[in-house]
Amino acid sequence: MRVFFLRIYDITQFIGRFFKEAFVPPYEYKEVLNQFFEIGIRSLSIITLTGFITGVVFTKQSRSSLAGFGATAWLPSLIALAIIRALAPLVTALIVAGKVGSNIGAELGSMKVTEQIDAMEVSSTNPFKFLVVSRILATTCIVPVLAIYMGFMGMMGAFLNVYRNEQTGITLFFQQAFSRIDFLDIYVLVLKSAVYGFTIGVTGCFSGYQAEHGTVGVGKAANTSVVVSMFLIFVEEMIIVSLVNNYLK
Amino acid sequence: MEPSNAVISLRNVHKSFGKQDVLKGVDLDVLKGENVVVLGRSGSGKSVLIKIIAGLLKPDKGSVHVLGEEIDCLRTRELRALRSKLGFSFQNSALYDGMNVRANLEFPLVRNRRDLTRKEIDEAVTKVLDDVGLSQTVDQMPAQLSGGQKKRIGIARTLILKPEIMLYDEPTAGLDPVTSVDINDLIKEVQQLYNTSAVIITHDLTCARFTGDRVVMLSEGRFLRQGSFGEVFKSEDPKIRSFYNYNFIENT
Repeated sequence: MRVFFLRIYDITQFIGRFFKEAFVPPYEYKEVLNQFFEIGIRSLSIITLTGFITGVVFTKQSRSSLAGFGATAWLPSLIALAIIRALAPLVTALIVAGKVGSNIGAELGSMKVTEQIDAMEVSSTNPFKFLVVSRILATTCIVPVLAIYMGFMGMMGAFLNVYRNEQTGITLFFQQAFSRIDFLDIYVLVLKSAVYGFTIGVTGCFSGYQAEHGTVGVGKAANTSVVVSMFLIFVEEMIIVSLVNNYLK
Repeated sequence: MEPSNAVISLRNVHKSFGKQDVLKGVDLDVLKGENVVVLGRSGSGKSVLIKIIAGLLKPDKGSVHVLGEEIDCLRTRELRALRSKLGFSFQNSALYDGMNVRANLEFPLVRNRRDLTRKEIDEAVTKVLDDVGLSQTVDQMPAQLSGGQKKRIGIARTLILKPEIMLYDEPTAGLDPVTSVDINDLIKEVQQLYNTSAVIITHDLTCARFTGDRVVMLSEGRFLRQGSFGEVFKSEDPKIRSFYNYNFIENT
């Protein structure tokens, strides 16, 4: 129990240091842009594919249920609600946690155990700012963008499936789809995704930065960053959905 | 009382990790322009000592002065400014895996000398690479370099800031005898070319004999003896004798 609370204390300190360092110059613009590219552009292909498949599969699964009530016309709005309110931010966050979170944990862990972080420190560079702040900023900003993109790809997958089966045109499909979506849904999607991105960045960086005991520590850091961030994403999803439904709707 | 020309002064330095006392009251002065070798067996506290000098670890007790500044009293920004005058060559070189040699060398320079132009940075990179004899590796990644080349690039990365003090952590560890001799030569060249003082942590007697102006023997957290290489190993202290004999047998 003591270890658990010490860990919580360490993470709180780590997050506090992030906020302290993030707003104090000099800023590592180049590294932040580099991380935007690493995290964003390199996740695009998998996000495109999974977004599209999610849209197709969800449409196929929903059709049979709605057909039972003779309500297949509701497909576009049902799919849009599901994708924008839940699937896009959640699936994007889980994919980024798996792809990027583990990468951050392993990379920083490896740098820690091979003394590369100490090497930065003694060359009078601030490794926390260069390695941690840049990655957390990048994940926080890029996950909402990826989630919106995934939502779009999911809707495209859904449209193609609906068009093939119900011959609904693209204008009608999107009119129906967005008839049930309001600004709050988009706002919550962006907010949720930013929270998930921050969680992925903090978890990956914290696990990597604390790594020790050689290659075993690197593996553990990569593993911890994925498992813990996925778990936290689900917890945050539950909390945010409850808050939105109780206080904003 | 520390000598007036001392660039590093340690007084009664203690360091423990949990219940393990690693340093038990160490005193050391490194004079300007002097190479001091700290010899000792694995686990004797050599690396802890050098990390305390670089401010990477804090001593539990005692004082550490580097270039006249007491490390423990410095703020983070002041400590970073002081570190730009220190060069630290790590045991495993600690080159940044994701950057090629050029980016590794530029890294400390662009962050400490924001006034430099692209041309000046390129010239500085070319010069340090020439000094360590590895101009041809400039676009290679660390994974493409041999152990000896990594050590040289690691040293070049510290030299680019023109340090006043060099700290070498096991500079010849894991290298074949011929490459070790090359690294020993390089350490002497650096001392002459850059007019540096140095602390060299090693358990390699050849390295100690060749690179050290003075040798101190660290055992179980205390300095047993210090002086020239010959003076230290004239000692009949069984710990020093066994260290010498072991190295002699190992090297033969």
